[in-house]
Amino acid sequence: MVHDPLTMIQKDINKTIDHLFRHEAGKMVAVLTRLFGFPNIDQAEDIVQDTLLKALETWKYGKMPENPRAWLYLTAKNKVIDIIRRQQVKHKINTDISYLLKSEYTLVPTVQEMFTENEIKDSQLRMMFACCHPSFSKEAQITLILNTLCGLNTHEIADAFLSNEETIQKRLYRTKEKLRKEKISLDYPGTEAMDERLEAVLKTLYLLFNEGYNSSHTEKLIREDLCEEAMRLTILLTENSRTNLPYTHALLALMCFHASRFNARLDDNGFIILLKDQDRKQWNQFLIRKGNEYLSKAAMGDLIHEFHVEAAIASLHANASSYDHTDWKMILQLYNNLLEMNFNPVVALNRCLVIGETEGYDAAIRELEKMNELEENCHYNTSLGEMYFKTGRKEEAKKFFTRALSLTSSHAEKKLINNKISKCEE
Amino acid sequence: MNMEKFIYLFRGGDIDTNSPEAMQANMQKWYTWIDSLNKKGSYVAGDPLQRTGKQINGKKKAVTDGPFVEAKESVGGYIIVNANSIDEAVEISMGCPIFDYDGKVEVRPVQKM
Repeated sequence: MVHDPLTMIQKDINKTIDHLFRHEAGKMVAVLTRLFGFPNIDQAEDIVQDTLLKALETWKYGKMPENPRAWLYLTAKNKVIDIIRRQQVKHKINTDISYLLKSEYTLVPTVQEMFTENEIKDSQLRMMFACCHPSFSKEAQITLILNTLCGLNTHEIADAFLSNEETIQKRLYRTKEKLRKEKISLDYPGTEAMDERLEAVLKTLYLLFNEGYNSSHTEKLIREDLCEEAMRLTILLTENSRTNLPYTHALLALMCFHASRFNARLDDNGFIILLKDQDRKQWNQFLIRKGNEYLSKAAMGDLIHEFHVEAAIASLHANASSYDHTDWKMILQLYNNLLEMNFNPVVALNRCLVIGETEGYDAAIRELEKMNELEENCHYNTSLGEMYFKTGRKEEAKKFFTRALSLTSSHAEKKLINNKISKCEE
Repeated sequence: MNMEKFIYLFRGGDIDTNSPEAMQANMQKWYTWIDSLNKKGSYVAGDPLQRTGKQINGKKKAVTDGPFVEAKESVGGYIIVNANSIDEAVEISMGCPIFDYDGKVEVRPVQKM
């Protein structure tokens, strides 16, 4: 198919614009919400949308400005100042800086100040904390962060969570009503609430990362974006003295190690490649080095969090030259530690697989069969299938793989399982 | 503590150049000063004013344009502050950036009726 040069250029520009918009939308929403107060978040989002639309209209046909980001910020700033002057802000502005918006001596410098590098980071931090307020459910927290900070629209969020748009819309609507009713602000939580809130933020970012990493969403770019966003926000937390605790670094290390395998996990046909079969040359060494750096920063203080242990496990995989040269005994030890801290059936399941490496596949099967609460879990059934296959019991293996097939909606997973089933039939 | 309201009336202090950097720097100084007033708990409100507007005079309520006053005498802005005494209000006013450009501050206590 022949594309004319103009169309190709337009496509490139569209990709650049898409990326820019996704990147900047979240930042601008954070800044505007900081200025207008949390109750006015809808209006903040509207202004950002208007700004992006104006950009699209004005930048048509390749007339992109030299500094697109500055253009966006300037347009948003002018809109904000105008709206404040005309007193068209919907809900009363009640923030620690609202007095600065009331005087012409300070209105413009304040708005400009809020669009500087440090203030943009600060606003995003505040947003993260506000979105993870204990009044919101876990789903609401992650939906809010995706929508406001990560610039994902309801369609994209619905896609990522295999939910439907209406559910997401309702959830967002109700959450915003709630924050107005309970007068939740963008103030940093007090010192007592801080620890708990930070943990909620980190857990949400971990969920967000996992959605991208394990997501059954077919669009690779969305998945990469989710991981990237989770990492970007976690990095913000490591750059701020309030939040750069050891376990923040542990989480970031964990994300780096997982992300290092992003390109090796799927082949060109969309088949999932298991850890033991991955081409380790495809693993991103820069990310592994980063992971190691963050892990050493995490090794401070007396508190050990689950993130520490998970990061240590991930580190052992990431730094091993091959599947066979992995320190399985150490990994098993770490899994035992993890389960002592907090029993989690998925973690227990993965531990059984490690037993397969340290004590053999029959031992793994015995451990797995103890865990019948996971009968409806796809991964549980593929694991049993895998273990039976390895011990030469193909009939049994096929039974479990067939079960697993009905328990997943992921195309990539279905392909993998069907492949396994055909191997059982050979 | 005996907080009372005072008004600052600013006169003169016009920047003598057209340089946008100078204007920007001056605006920044006002922002910093007002921020400091707020942190002390002194700041209530304030705005710069256009140098001229309308005047409505006497029983006849005659409306004219004006006032037309020399730049250094015309009121260019106001700030309302809380202070314990006029002396304190005067002291607080010392940080005003208008003095950098040779302007004037008039401090008036609010009249209780």
